[in-house]
Amino acid sequence: MGNIVLEKVHKCFGDVEVIPSVDLDIKDGEFVVFVGPSGCGKSTLLRLIAGLEDLTGGKIIIDGVDVSDSTPAKRELAMVFQSYALYPHMTVRKNIAFPLKMAGMPQDEIDKKVMAAAESLNLTDYLERTPGLLSGGQRQRVAIGRAIVRSPSAFLFDEPLSNLDAALRVNMRIEITDLHKELKTTMIYVTHDQVEAMTMADRIVVLQAGDVEQFGTPLDLYNKPVNRFVAGFIGSPKMNFVKGKDADEFDAHEIGFRPEHMSVSTTKGRWKGVVSVAEHLGADTFLHVKTDEVGTLVTRSDGEINVNYGDTVYVSPNTDKIYRFGADGLAL
Amino acid sequence: MATAHTKTLSRIMNLPSIILLFIWMIVPLGMTIYYSFQRYNLLTPQRRGFNGWFNYEFFITDPAFFEAIGNTLLLVSGVLAITIIGGVLLGILLNQAIVGRGIVRILFISPFFIMPTVSALIWKNMLMNPIYGIFAHIAEFFGADPVDFFAVIPLLSIIIIVAWQWLPFATLILLTAMQSLDQEQQEAADMDGASTLAKFYYITLPHLARAITVVILIETIFLLSIFAEILVTTNGGPGTASTNLTYMVYNRALLQYDIGGASAGGIIAVILANIVAIFLIRAVGKNLEA
Ligand SMILES: Nc1ncnc2c1ncn2[C@@H]1O[C@H](COP(=O)(O)OP(=O)(O)OP(=O)(O)O)[C@@H](O)[C@H]1O
Ligand SMILES: [Mg+2]
Repeated sequence: MGNIVLEKVHKCFGDVEVIPSVDLDIKDGEFVVFVGPSGCGKSTLLRLIAGLEDLTGGKIIIDGVDVSDSTPAKRELAMVFQSYALYPHMTVRKNIAFPLKMAGMPQDEIDKKVMAAAESLNLTDYLERTPGLLSGGQRQRVAIGRAIVRSPSAFLFDEPLSNLDAALRVNMRIEITDLHKELKTTMIYVTHDQVEAMTMADRIVVLQAGDVEQFGTPLDLYNKPVNRFVAGFIGSPKMNFVKGKDADEFDAHEIGFRPEHMSVSTTKGRWKGVVSVAEHLGADTFLHVKTDEVGTLVTRSDGEINVNYGDTVYVSPNTDKIYRFGADGLAL
Repeated sequence: MATAHTKTLSRIMNLPSIILLFIWMIVPLGMTIYYSFQRYNLLTPQRRGFNGWFNYEFFITDPAFFEAIGNTLLLVSGVLAITIIGGVLLGILLNQAIVGRGIVRILFISPFFIMPTVSALIWKNMLMNPIYGIFAHIAEFFGADPVDFFAVIPLLSIIIIVAWQWLPFATLILLTAMQSLDQEQQEAADMDGASTLAKFYYITLPHLARAITVVILIETIFLLSIFAEILVTTNGGPGTASTNLTYMVYNRALLQYDIGGASAGGIIAVILANIVAIFLIRAVGKNLEA
């Protein structure tokens, strides 16, 4: 079981309020991703759940039990740190066995569980090595191994893939997703990476300055962002925003449209502009178009279009894919 | 880039300092070896000449010799034990966030800056004196008989004094090592359910292994040649109860004017130091690798 409920969770470091008040209900077996700009309190929230930081106010309830004042070990959660935090003097085997040993499990049972974990993570050949002799990806797997052996009620990951190169990141992403499908244990995952968030999550929590802006499925966030912040944060390249008479036309304070929902033409369109950056990726083409009326707009077109730096183009938004926002930033 | 050319060049550039250091070392050593085979007593300087192994034989068959070796090793191991255990415990204390931590740390290091003769005299006259020492007062306050430290437990008293001087050094090195302990590792251990004691044993102590090795090696070098503390407190006595090798050599040379015998003793001390060094490097040196 791993149902985690946060009630009015509040955290200050001295005088600095980092988390004003957060309410969340994470269901058993769910894969929840925390995203948000740097310094918004993602790690702090995760560490509060783990018990590594004390709450200033509010409650944390795991499976119906209030654990607000419990030690980390009592909460039966497992955490994978960004730096992996492996014990450098112990072999991989001892690292993975450590939580079991601390729990006082008999040695033969420990051996069995360690072997099972090592097999599922392809670590059997490295059991007698120390972490210093492993590659980044292998270390990551040891950290995950150490987390899974004691069958926690939930896993907490703090940017676990950010130290890996792009190719390995894709692999590990898939491995963690597979692990989640196999174990069906609740996972809370902090990341900067939009792609990780969108592909791995059942539901995403978007945080800004310690506040939950929106909590929903990836496609919900993409299709129905509740406010301008979420709209701008989810999606890459970022949504374009336009104010003024163009917005009035749609009866809104501000309108937004995603780069992939725009058309580019060399002959006619809504706004005329000059291409300032052209990124030809083969599968897609990104254009930054400097218009006189509404500033720089970014467009994304499928496939290759033959437009280059300095060319004059006309861009228009796809009118049925327009997001409307009020003066308070909320979606209309 | 370590090309063949730069390597030769760097060797040539290193040569002067290496030669200087070599001469610096080899001349005194050579002279000591030379004198150790000479009959040379300052009281009868005209009776000089080659003496064979006599000086060595005479030094080794001295009944005080094995006691001196024993005392030397006891002194070294006693001080090492106290400073390392004490240093780890104090390091943990000083590593806590307490008010005025900076000042406490500086105060703490200060014994190391006091000259050995001065500190030994203070211990002898102000603390351990059986009549007006502070320890004697404390003992009297509790109705116990004051201990005459340097008469009853001379070697242990010296161990305590020297340990007091070296404790700050050990603490400083160990504290620095503790500060470099990764916070996330500790947190991971918290999550893994490790108790404070288990965290100390499985995480802190292995992390300190290298620092402890450094402390052992450096302290041993200095502790093998402890001299001033013995000179100003017990003079090696009572009898030879607190005579170590260094003090025995001094006794030969400057109290008995036997230059040949003292040189032989010096060479024996060098050999002993090397034996200790070999054992130490064998035992703890692997901690310094990688
Ligand atoms: N121990 C602390 N004492 C004081 N302030 C802290 C402490 N830890 C974090 N903060 C502050 O709390 C805020 C949130 O930090 P946090 O580490 O949770 O951000 P984050 O969302 O994880 O950022 P990133 O994506 O860069 O990791 C930051 O402004 C940070 O400076
Ligand atoms: Mg963080």
